[in-house]
Amino acid sequence: MAEKRKLCLSAKGLTKVFGFGKTRTVAVDNVDFSFYEGEVISIVGESGSGKTTLSKMLLGLINETEGEIFFLGQKRDIRSQRNKQEYWKNIQAIFQDPFSSYNIFNKIDSVLLDCIKMRGGGNLPKEKKIEMMREACSFVNLKFDELTNKYPFELSGGQMQRLMIARIFLLKPKILLADEPTSMIDACSRATILDMLMELRKEIGMTVIFITHDIGLAYYVSDSVYIMEHGKFVESGTPDEVILHPKQPYTKRLINDVPKIYEEWDLSTVG
Amino acid sequence: MIHTLQQIFHSGKFKLGFAIFTSLLAFIFIYPIFIPEAPLAILGQGTFFPPGIYVNVYDSLDTSKYIINQEGAAKRRIANKLSEDDRVAIKEYLVAAGVDESRIDITNTDELLQQWKATFDPKRSIKGFTNAKRNYYIRLNTALQSLYSTGPAIIAVNDPETNTLLESKKVTVTEYVNVNEVPTVRIFPLGTDNFGRDMLTELVAATKTSLQIGFIAGLIATLIGLTLGLLAGYIGGFVDDIINFISNLFIVIPPFVLLVLISFSIGQEQRGASTVAAVIGFTSWVWTARAVRSQVISLRNRDHVNLSKLSGHSIPHIILTDILPYIASYVIMAMILQISSGILAEASLSILGLGPKTTEVPTLGLMMNWAMIYQAQLQGNWWAYFPVLAVIALIAFSMNLMNTGLDQVFNPSLRD
Amino acid sequence: MGKVILEVKDLTTKYITRFKEDVYAVDHVSLKVEEGKSLGIAGESGCGKSTLALSLMGYYFPPLYYTSGDIIIDGKHISGMDPDEVRKTILGKEIAYIPQAAMNALNPTQKIINFVEDVVRAHNPSATKKDIYDMARQRFEFLGLPANVLDKYAVELSGGMKQRTVIAISVILGPKVLIADEPSSALDVTSQKMVIKMLRDLMDKGIIKAMIFITHELPLLYNVTNDIMVMYAGQIVERGSAKEAVFDPLHPYAKGLMGSIIVPEEGLRNVKLTAIPGVPPNLKHPPAGCRFAERCKFAKPECRVISVQIKEAGPGRTYRCIFSESELREAYKNG
Repeated sequence: MAEKRKLCLSAKGLTKVFGFGKTRTVAVDNVDFSFYEGEVISIVGESGSGKTTLSKMLLGLINETEGEIFFLGQKRDIRSQRNKQEYWKNIQAIFQDPFSSYNIFNKIDSVLLDCIKMRGGGNLPKEKKIEMMREACSFVNLKFDELTNKYPFELSGGQMQRLMIARIFLLKPKILLADEPTSMIDACSRATILDMLMELRKEIGMTVIFITHDIGLAYYVSDSVYIMEHGKFVESGTPDEVILHPKQPYTKRLINDVPKIYEEWDLSTVG
Repeated sequence: MIHTLQQIFHSGKFKLGFAIFTSLLAFIFIYPIFIPEAPLAILGQGTFFPPGIYVNVYDSLDTSKYIINQEGAAKRRIANKLSEDDRVAIKEYLVAAGVDESRIDITNTDELLQQWKATFDPKRSIKGFTNAKRNYYIRLNTALQSLYSTGPAIIAVNDPETNTLLESKKVTVTEYVNVNEVPTVRIFPLGTDNFGRDMLTELVAATKTSLQIGFIAGLIATLIGLTLGLLAGYIGGFVDDIINFISNLFIVIPPFVLLVLISFSIGQEQRGASTVAAVIGFTSWVWTARAVRSQVISLRNRDHVNLSKLSGHSIPHIILTDILPYIASYVIMAMILQISSGILAEASLSILGLGPKTTEVPTLGLMMNWAMIYQAQLQGNWWAYFPVLAVIALIAFSMNLMNTGLDQVFNPSLRD
Repeated sequence: MGKVILEVKDLTTKYITRFKEDVYAVDHVSLKVEEGKSLGIAGESGCGKSTLALSLMGYYFPPLYYTSGDIIIDGKHISGMDPDEVRKTILGKEIAYIPQAAMNALNPTQKIINFVEDVVRAHNPSATKKDIYDMARQRFEFLGLPANVLDKYAVELSGGMKQRTVIAISVILGPKVLIADEPSSALDVTSQKMVIKMLRDLMDKGIIKAMIFITHELPLLYNVTNDIMVMYAGQIVERGSAKEAVFDPLHPYAKGLMGSIIVPEEGLRNVKLTAIPGVPPNLKHPPAGCRFAERCKFAKPECRVISVQIKEAGPGRTYRCIFSESELREAYKNG
């Protein structure tokens, strides 16, 4: 089984340092990992653990200080703008705050048209483009005909995040990096969005990396979980191993601090 | 877009500022249609004619006369003819002749003249008065007596053959002409300046030029500041360091000193209005650049910019569509301030005599400069400088009001 | 049945928008909280739960306006009082309020003890500095906060510590009711747990007599409060004990909400989450019938017409639905 799995994204000695001298902070500290194709991975950490820095490095939005990232087994080279654009056809992201993820001056159509253009569909006839956009919107339960000429900020937070998924639907990347995609929206919209993401993953067979502080979410969706503290992975494995039977004290504490509903939530172990 | 405009016009401050500014603009453009006169045409011989209606004396002689018996007309005429110096001299004589000083009121012409009549005696010599002074009082007395005469004045023409004066017309004290019937009347609503030019026409032209200078200066400053700020903020690194170095240089040297030095080195002949505008623009971009840079730095790490990158957009595309629109409101506000400070900078330069060339067009600063050189402020010729000041103040006030109004709209924490 | 500390009868409050439209964000809400009990309010964003919290204080300022209804705290009517009067005599003493970003309310140039002094002096101008300090230290230690926090500035404290400090200050006068609106949402799990423990301590040690806790995180709510009330579009749609509301909800909306809970516990990995389609109605023009009808998969045509009243379903258990209890259970069994 293990031999069959193809490497999708991996890293060796990945390090990111901000500042120098007194203000020097190591955000990501010598991290190694291998993510396989089709997996759902969760990187769990509290605020300040370096998980967002890691995700930006994986996306190629910031440069790594040291170490190497391998994409499909090849060393990633995104030094030129052209290579970057090529890389971004394969890796896409959904950000935490839907309200700040959209350019407030662009209409919804232009957000989706950009995706079609990126997939090389810039020269398609107009009807074909509209057909594609309509399909993407209906996938996420939005009505395209009601959205044309609207701006993203006219939608609710959940709808905006769904539009983000429609974007991914059009782009069909190999990897999706979801950076706290549900932390800004409420519980019942969260279920909708997770459902859609998982269905989309099945449909286009992409690898999904969740960056989250929500242990419940990590347990619910992922095939493998990485717990991050101070820029390092302290524990990793399947959700059953890591979350139900944690070995490291940090993981134990973290999981102990999450409110439960079936088991007794022990308040006495605080502080 | 329409929504934003609506919001902008909801702000009382913006509305007031906008109203003042547009009425100024409207006046500037409408006035020349009705009075298409060259703004620098020298009309009056002499300096600083006070505001008022000027009636041609020669033409009014030929205009039909109306007899009007006005009570008090004679009194007013006398009061008008008796100059301030004469009144003081009369008082001095009266006091010397032993009249109680507290009973003399030099503003009350009637009483003063009665006291004079009762006291003055040409033969009497008063201690301390020189001969010349005594003769002056005798002359004054004769003049005062002629004031009471009600006989007509005679207009005479010179007969070239006999070289004698021939009576042609008589003008009595009760004759009037209708101003509307006099063919040549000149109104100077704001008087004339030191060269005898119509102040209002000049002021309108000057406001126009000053606004043009301010606009060009503001545009140049904003363009330079915006470009450098965008480059420094978005690209960062080495480019940022260089731009920061340049703008630090400009900050260390006060811009006004720079402005004075550059204007001086250009020389009087080369300094047209547009040159001055460009110089002002080139020296005042620093703060715009700084502000834009800091805004861009905070914007470039936002998610929508990251998303735009992930969508494969090029750097120019990102700057134009994901950064620029977000700071547009800010830049417009900065530009309004730049325009108004450009106008003030021009005024300051011109007062120092470093303004645009003086022969082509007037500017508000030049008008101030002329008024100052010809000492209008010392002679009490308020019309030569006060309207100019008021216009400068109005422009700056209205622009700042608009700026504050915009700020309230774009920065919700300032809304009332 | 214990003594009723907080009673709300038919409270209605509204926002007036910039375009002079009325939005009734709290629509005929009635509730009772007994001594020693806590009530949780759940619902998605925009359902009016935060507005209810603001309305309960009786302290109204534009664009929020009081329309009708009664708020009674320990026998004292506070609705309809002058806002200034409310601020002087009710806030802090009868009722205390902690918003989500409470920790950001601390002025960074002041020491913590100064805030305590401000609060105490506002109600008791003659209190001496030493008395206040002693009282504050005692109270802080009682609540498990180190006493040296009093001499620190806000910036020297961590987020969780700041939030707990604010809570300790706001209950310094021993208010009868504490209203906590998402007090722990901005914190990480460990600080969140400490805040929750402190709130529980406040109740257990009798410093406050009743608590209203508002959050959209249901597992948290389940662990904090005795009762849970679910709000939808400005109305109460369900109320019951925490256990009943989470494991046996009656109203279809509550059912959907509870079906979307994710907790990291054994056996919950492959449970299908229930997602509620659609968006809440626009409260400027609320629908005539049941407000949830548009999104409800059990809705009948008459749901959209008949306005449903709250029904009793056992002691302390109410819901707002056209169906009877047994009809609902039957429907849920069949999916």
